[in-house]
Amino acid sequence: MNTPKLPPQPAKVKAETKNFNFFYGDFHALKNINLQLGENQVTALIGPSGCGKSTLLRSFNRMHDLYAGNRYEGELILHPDDTNLVDPRVDPIEVRMRLSMVFQKPNPFPKSIYENVIYGQRVRGVTKRSVLDDKVEEALTNAALWDEVKHRLHDMAFALSGGQQQRLCIARALATDPEVLLFDEPTSALDPIATASIEELIDELKKKVTILIVTHNMQQAARVSDYTAYMYLGELIEFGVTDEIFIKPKDKRTEDYITGRFG
Amino acid sequence: MSSSQVASSLRPVSDRLAKRASRHVKERIIEAILFAAAAISVFVTLGIVYVLLKESIVFFSHVSIVDFLTDTQWTPLFDDAHFGIMVLLSGTAVSSFVALLVAIPIGTIIAIFLSEFATPHTREIAKPILEVLSGIPTVVFGFFALLFVTPILQWFLPELPGFSLLSAGIVMGIMIVPIVSSISEDAMRAVPMSLREGSYAMGATRLQTALRVVFPAAISGIAAAYILGIARAVGETMILAIAAGMQPNLVWNPMEPAATITSFIVQVALGDLPHGSVGYNTIFAAGLTLMLFTLVFNMLGFWLQRRYRERY
Amino acid sequence: MSLPAEEIAAIRANIASRKTRDLIFTSIGVLCLVIALLTIAALFADMVITGWDRFRPGFFTDFPSRRAAQAGILSAWVGSVAVMVVTAAVAVPLGVAAGIWLEEYAPKHWITDVIEININNLAGVPSIIYGLLALGLFVYTFGLGQSVQTAGLTLALLILPVVIVATREAIRSIPQMIREAAYALGATKWQTVKDHIVPYSLPGILTGIIIGLSRAIGETAPIITIGALTFIAFLPPSPVTDTAPFLNFEWLKAPFTVMPIQIFNWTSRPDSAFHQNAAAAGAILVAMTLTMNAIAIWLRYRLRKNIKW
Repeated sequence: MNTPKLPPQPAKVKAETKNFNFFYGDFHALKNINLQLGENQVTALIGPSGCGKSTLLRSFNRMHDLYAGNRYEGELILHPDDTNLVDPRVDPIEVRMRLSMVFQKPNPFPKSIYENVIYGQRVRGVTKRSVLDDKVEEALTNAALWDEVKHRLHDMAFALSGGQQQRLCIARALATDPEVLLFDEPTSALDPIATASIEELIDELKKKVTILIVTHNMQQAARVSDYTAYMYLGELIEFGVTDEIFIKPKDKRTEDYITGRFG
Repeated sequence: MSSSQVASSLRPVSDRLAKRASRHVKERIIEAILFAAAAISVFVTLGIVYVLLKESIVFFSHVSIVDFLTDTQWTPLFDDAHFGIMVLLSGTAVSSFVALLVAIPIGTIIAIFLSEFATPHTREIAKPILEVLSGIPTVVFGFFALLFVTPILQWFLPELPGFSLLSAGIVMGIMIVPIVSSISEDAMRAVPMSLREGSYAMGATRLQTALRVVFPAAISGIAAAYILGIARAVGETMILAIAAGMQPNLVWNPMEPAATITSFIVQVALGDLPHGSVGYNTIFAAGLTLMLFTLVFNMLGFWLQRRYRERY
Repeated sequence: MSLPAEEIAAIRANIASRKTRDLIFTSIGVLCLVIALLTIAALFADMVITGWDRFRPGFFTDFPSRRAAQAGILSAWVGSVAVMVVTAAVAVPLGVAAGIWLEEYAPKHWITDVIEININNLAGVPSIIYGLLALGLFVYTFGLGQSVQTAGLTLALLILPVVIVATREAIRSIPQMIREAAYALGATKWQTVKDHIVPYSLPGILTGIIIGLSRAIGETAPIITIGALTFIAFLPPSPVTDTAPFLNFEWLKAPFTVMPIQIFNWTSRPDSAFHQNAAAAGAILVAMTLTMNAIAIWLRYRLRKNIKW
């Protein structure tokens, strides 16, 4: 399967999959995936329902380990230390300390805004108040939420609007200083204005982290990502620079999906 | 990520790796403690089985099983002792029968009414009533049966003695109504609306739909409700101990006093029983019999409940 | 095409008669509910009216006595409180821990099935069998005696299924996404359980505990079987002493009585003067049970306000 290497630009490869396969029990859900995530770039996974894009995303932070009967085959390499994230000897907890996830529906904890953001730090055993305070401000600022909530950090997270809650979840994910940020259809439950603000945010965030985003909205992928991967029925059909994929896809199946002939 | 970030993420990784072993051990210990708590339920069952069997074996070394099952007298504490469990079983059976005569009709009607007829407003009122009813301590029900219901019954039936299975049975029936009605109602509510709609669309009334479509569709859950009600009646102690008298008579007429397995155990426990005497062992044999019956009923009831839950 | 007049009339008569049956059934249904309501009302009224003369402050502070008018429930309600403390102390940690294990840790394994079946079965075991278990095992074999600790332990086992089921239901209502969010931030299983699962299921768990305790407080049969004496004119030793270490546990081993037993004892006396005492104590016991249930429901409402799922 000919997957193009990233074009020779300053972009280094932050993570890559090598002949990655995934099984839900006996069901072969991901078949020989080979792609690379450029450092400080946004890579989008697109494809129709059931193509395996969320499955692939959730493999990166070992979410599948939470459920019985799943199996990884192949490698998910994280650079620069070349760790294979799905190696059974690698602790999933460590993986999740280096890669963070933002989910489809905003899912803040029923705690205060402050406690939500800081949970990742608490879990690592950080208790010093001043350190936590700084982290909260930094994360909320990077999530473009600080000004809106700085005077009510101890209000319940549920008091925020949908878009604000999702930015809170992003702040929460950022507070652990991740190397890669995984977005699982982050705006599918939000209205267009909130969606636009999150997309703006992603554009800013990529300067600090590498981003992998799953989206069922092609236009979003076109707006937001530098590289796009089109998946279908568990296979990686085409992978390349976003502009090229959307203007001149190399594979007919990609073209069919993008032009809306099915999906 | 810049290279300094990379360097700092290398150092903490080995830190975290070091913590991993201890973190793993801690998690395992906690899991073991929680598992032990869950496993205690198994030990309780084993304890019950052990206690009942151990003392019953001693009992059956003095009394033959045939006598136990066929004797028609129950006088374990007399010099000429008889140990016919049938006597106690008759009391249990008659009182349970009376209770079910009350609980099944009333409970089923309430269930059908709440599930198929009542407005949400009515349900809001009915639910607390039934919950209060199920929360009243049985000793208070016993008092009520003896000192309120019996005199009223005696007004209608002058020959009714002061202690009777009838009075205890009726009150026991009312106590069981919430069990029958809530499990039946759950079963009926689980029947999909589409079945009802099919019936209404043909011009059937609520009652016809309820009786001909919903009730049969929910039958295994309703059967579960009845069986669990029986199990509860068979295991009830205080109402019978207080209001049915404790005379072990082999009777089939509810208008007489009689002892049940449960009230017998209470009677013996109230007296002075040397640990290890035949009298002492008798209550365990009686308890074993009771346990076997309720176990069968409960397993049957739970199995039926699971079946209707799986269907929908 | 329309129907002839007699056919229309026949159809309408048929509908009318069926609707009448609907109405009759509705009335019967309401009647049945009224029977339930009347029973409660009659019971409570009977208790209060019969026991009216006994409602005086001294009722709560007097010991039982051979003179009905002077007999009070002091030893009974203190005993009930003491036993409830032990019951809660045993049932809560055991039940909540078991519920957590079953919902968060239990693998698909036959051992899990055995445990679940067991708990369901124990829920249906008659309370007097628990009394036999206590008599055979706790009183003699374990040597715990006919005491507060035995009673508390027995009742704890009795209400264990209630606590476990309430814990499980409360935990199950937590959406999976919340768990995933916690794990995605690098939390271990135990961190997720203690920081999220337990706090968010607390309202449901507390409700279950209080309902379990309200059941336990009214239980008579197992306590009789253990051998609680029915005429106790003294209190268990006080847990608080004025010499170090200021707290003692002698009260656990003391003989005792509880409210339902006192009621049973007074009811069983042929002298109807004692029936008044039984009625008054019964009314108080019912009031205690109902109050506990009401508190449970209120607590759940209050604590769930912050949770939006």
